[in-house]
Amino acid sequence: MFRYTTLTFLREVGFWLLAALFLIPFFFLVMTAFKSDEELFTTSPLGGPTTPDFSNFTELFTAQGNTNIIQGLINSTIMTVGAILGLVLLGALTGYVLARSTRRWSKAVYYLFLIAIVLPSQLGTVPLYIGARAVGLTGTLWGMIILYIGMMLPLAIFLYAGFFRGLGTEYEEAATIDGASRTQIFFRIVLPLMSPATGTVAILTGLIVWNDFFTALIFIGGSSAQTLPVSMYYFIGSLVSQWNKIFAIVLVSMIPILAFYLFAQKKFIQGFAGGLKG
Amino acid sequence: MTITTPQSETELVVLPGRGKGRRRTTDAAPRRSGLLQFGHWWWALPGILLVLAIHYVATAAGGVFAFTNWSGIGAFDWIGVDNFVKIFQDPSKLLALWNTLFLAFGSVILVNVIGLAIALGLNRGLKTRYALRVLFFMPVVLSPLAVSYIWKFIFDFNGPLNTFLRAIGLDSLTKAWTGDPTFAIWTILIVIVWQQTGFAMVIYMAGLAGVPVEIEEAAAIDGANLMQRFWHVTLPAIRPAVAIATTLGLVNGLRIFDQIMALTGTGPAGATATLATEVYKQAFTLGNFGYGAALALVLTAIILVFAVIQQRVTRSNPED
Repeated sequence: MFRYTTLTFLREVGFWLLAALFLIPFFFLVMTAFKSDEELFTTSPLGGPTTPDFSNFTELFTAQGNTNIIQGLINSTIMTVGAILGLVLLGALTGYVLARSTRRWSKAVYYLFLIAIVLPSQLGTVPLYIGARAVGLTGTLWGMIILYIGMMLPLAIFLYAGFFRGLGTEYEEAATIDGASRTQIFFRIVLPLMSPATGTVAILTGLIVWNDFFTALIFIGGSSAQTLPVSMYYFIGSLVSQWNKIFAIVLVSMIPILAFYLFAQKKFIQGFAGGLKG
Repeated sequence: MTITTPQSETELVVLPGRGKGRRRTTDAAPRRSGLLQFGHWWWALPGILLVLAIHYVATAAGGVFAFTNWSGIGAFDWIGVDNFVKIFQDPSKLLALWNTLFLAFGSVILVNVIGLAIALGLNRGLKTRYALRVLFFMPVVLSPLAVSYIWKFIFDFNGPLNTFLRAIGLDSLTKAWTGDPTFAIWTILIVIVWQQTGFAMVIYMAGLAGVPVEIEEAAAIDGANLMQRFWHVTLPAIRPAVAIATTLGLVNGLRIFDQIMALTGTGPAGATATLATEVYKQAFTLGNFGYGAALALVLTAIILVFAVIQQRVTRSNPED
């Protein structure tokens, strides 16, 4: 019934044309980022530069203070990695207990996490900011890592609990009989078996933390712990219609995540499709 | 240490345990007989406490501030529902409320229709469907802020869109898109749709992969045409995918923030402000913490109401 016909071929060509049109913003991005200040006005915005110019990038990497993009990249990386490590550890431990417990409280706690996933962060942001300011956690990398772990933990627990429920208890039973302690069973048998779940948790939560702008703007805007999106926001705020310079920073900010995506695209897409099916 | 805590709540040793850990608990009813319990209940404690503090305590405290006139520092007065009266009497806040709903529902409808159409088109037969899937999904992984800047350029008065319109002789249509009171909100909608479509597509492709070809073939043999097969066979089969894609889209659509800050900065003259941007402006720029919290409470209530309705509508099919 589903044979490869001329019509299927035309559909395939049509979709490639659609994809090209769909991704045309990236074409403008790259073309404009390599234009000099002069060519920005002399060349058509639809086309590329006559002579590629790298000065936008050198300018970008020498910017200091509020708009220091290198610092932003480093901070973003530390925060994302720190948050992922914390989320994997706490998410796996909590999700494991919830999935294996038969007590009534565990069901209640599970729903507590489920509601927290859809609960918008805006209402809690004001008191959190005051609380964090009171204990000196605003403007620090540690404070942000703890905050992100707390914010993304419901999602991590939800994902882990789902995966743990699908895992039979045979391995744990066998390990118990062999004399392994509960801690050993968890860290040496269960967690390694859960590496697909860990991958999904790391990708979904890591992506949200890496791209987060709202929380980062409020808690670390203007400090030395600024992440990439916040640095980018301030950097671009100082440029009016200098699209070649704006696009240089936008392009640089996209490269790490795009490289990672193209490298692990299967894992990304499976993480989104499988992890969120619930 | 981990072995000698027989009081552990999750511990239900039916098979012989070791040492002091051996204890038969009878008050807990296992879901299946002979089920072993592993781990310690207190492993869940740090996670539970962190979520309680950061989500529930903070949200509850925010809910309390919504009824005060606190400025963020110093003393404050309890002013009852004054903040809410002020919100619903202020045309700019009502516009923000309307914009929030417009962007959320507009994006959910467009994203899901387009995402499902692409997923259906790619679903069967195409040799390069996985490569195409990678391309259509690409915007999803990017920062909404970065993506919005690219589109701001496209919509710029001297940008690609207007240049293209001039080139094909439609000079009369050119305008400063993000600065136009009527079109600015549509530019934001377009950016959201462009970035989120790949996400819906991936969810639908996963859903469609679970629909057996045999059922569709059987329907086709019984004389169902393409539309009938879609409405009566495919769509009911991917109902869970629809539920997830629309629920997540709606919840995220209601709190749109980054795109507006980058594209229009809530302008022109507040025409593209939403509840999320108003919360930021009131609480963090103007220092009206109480008023900002009240706006956030309205946003929270809307999100929770729609999340519940959404669950009811998409999950209450008796045939499931």
